[in-house]
Amino acid sequence: MDTTVPQRFVVPIGPQHPALKEPGHFEFTVDGEQVTGASVRLGYAHRGIEKATEGRNWVQNLYLLERICGICSHVHATAYCLGVEKLAGVTAPPRAQAIRLLVAELERIHSHLLWLGVAAHEAGFDTLFMYSWRDRETVMDILEALTGNRVNYSANLLGGVKFDLTPELTDQIYAGLELLEERTHQYVDVVTSDATLLQRTRGVGVTTREQAEELGLVGPTARASGVERDIRAEAPYAAYSDFPVKVVTATAGDLEARFVVRLQELFEAYRLIRAVLEKLPPGDLQARMPRKIKPAETISRVEAPRGELFYFIKSNGTDQPERIKVRTPTLCNLASVCVLAIGSQLADVPMILAGVDPCFSCNDRMVTVYSGDTDHTQWTWKQLRQYGIDYYRR
Amino acid sequence: MTWQHMVDEFRTWARVNSPWVVHFNTGSCNGCDIEILATLTPRYDAERFGVKLEGSPRHADVLICTGPVTRQARDRLLRVYEQMPEPKFVIAVGSCAISGGVFQGCYNVIGHIDEVIPVDVYIPGCPPRPEAILDGVVKLLSHLKDPVLETMQEAG
Repeated sequence: MDTTVPQRFVVPIGPQHPALKEPGHFEFTVDGEQVTGASVRLGYAHRGIEKATEGRNWVQNLYLLERICGICSHVHATAYCLGVEKLAGVTAPPRAQAIRLLVAELERIHSHLLWLGVAAHEAGFDTLFMYSWRDRETVMDILEALTGNRVNYSANLLGGVKFDLTPELTDQIYAGLELLEERTHQYVDVVTSDATLLQRTRGVGVTTREQAEELGLVGPTARASGVERDIRAEAPYAAYSDFPVKVVTATAGDLEARFVVRLQELFEAYRLIRAVLEKLPPGDLQARMPRKIKPAETISRVEAPRGELFYFIKSNGTDQPERIKVRTPTLCNLASVCVLAIGSQLADVPMILAGVDPCFSCNDRMVTVYSGDTDHTQWTWKQLRQYGIDYYRR
Repeated sequence: MTWQHMVDEFRTWARVNSPWVVHFNTGSCNGCDIEILATLTPRYDAERFGVKLEGSPRHADVLICTGPVTRQARDRLLRVYEQMPEPKFVIAVGSCAISGGVFQGCYNVIGHIDEVIPVDVYIPGCPPRPEAILDGVVKLLSHLKDPVLETMQEAG
């Protein structure tokens, strides 16, 4: 065998794979241990939610859109509610806006702790996975006490929220935050000092600020590369103008920086929740919404735990929307995986993938093909349509 | 007691005490998936029933499915199911896996899990609590241990 010729060997990963809890298919071309090409195939969890919204009324859509993603269901509902309220010319009462913020920050805590566990699991550090998921149960208990469900809380209504805070609940949240704050200090200590974990994270998957801006990264992934971009601070929605957010950034851009940024955001979330609990505005929980909405269109942006979430909503004068378009943060970030994977070790690829906190159920709306060997492949609408027809013909 | 009978008894004992599960998401919203993971973590600790999350379907006894079956995931679900060694059992977790749930009528959703593969245990909820998932797993195990007794208990 001639060993001087570089061997092309393709490692397929997914759609069912232990490193990925969700279906996604990746193909990495490797030369020995080094990755030389990467491509991603998505769409296994594509259900056609955007189309389905056109056949349901405004209220029914709230529950459908909440189930785009089980991890960040509240931000989807918030983005949708804020958009529809803007179309209808209704403003939710201040108390409702503050409770929206409160639930959103509780959700951020749950999502970041979940990510910490999953990322530690990918690094082979299962002890941290078990610890962080044990502590995550504290925030799950709070969410359950507040809204009655651990996941898909359904706290939002068009024009307000469903649930109010009671004094007992406030005490429970304070106690929970105290415990979590103490634990988070320990996690920051672990991810910045544990020698084994640092070998998997420090200097791995480095994204420079230029790369991050070029690839259009969003959320904590971009903030770890020094891009100061946070919808909560740039375009405050809900009650974020009354409770301003301090944007957490880091400059290193490697996986360690992503760990640190997400953990520091937890402290920011604890601070915000305490501020809301101290100065919760009095008043009603819900404003009256019309059943039908006059023809108009609007956009609505919120900061999901993973980055910017964007909704485009168009109404046509009936009780059903004309069109709803969702743009979720994972798709923006996923392109960076294919770029960063090239040149890295195959063993680091799951860590790089976990580093963007991928969420495929939010994400499966289109097919992007990128190959290290050739240029970007772009499909026209006609080609894409023909591909779809041919694919489903059999 | 015949030799074959003894071997069967031993097999059942081993299977009930250490079921290995493989998890496949056929288009779920993630809610059920994170609750399945939570079931394995210290608060709920499914490992005390010998449950181990296994990466490869070829090593697994139980397939845990979440979500409605999308057109793309159908062939993959069938392949994962066929790769599992006999005897194999399927648990459908969540409303979508049972009936299609909120995604009924979406153009890319075929339907629920048992339209594609046979299902042994259904766990309802959106998403089911980890306690409910544990209960489903334990029901399956007690059924394996003694199918006759279990059927009698269900009938009252």
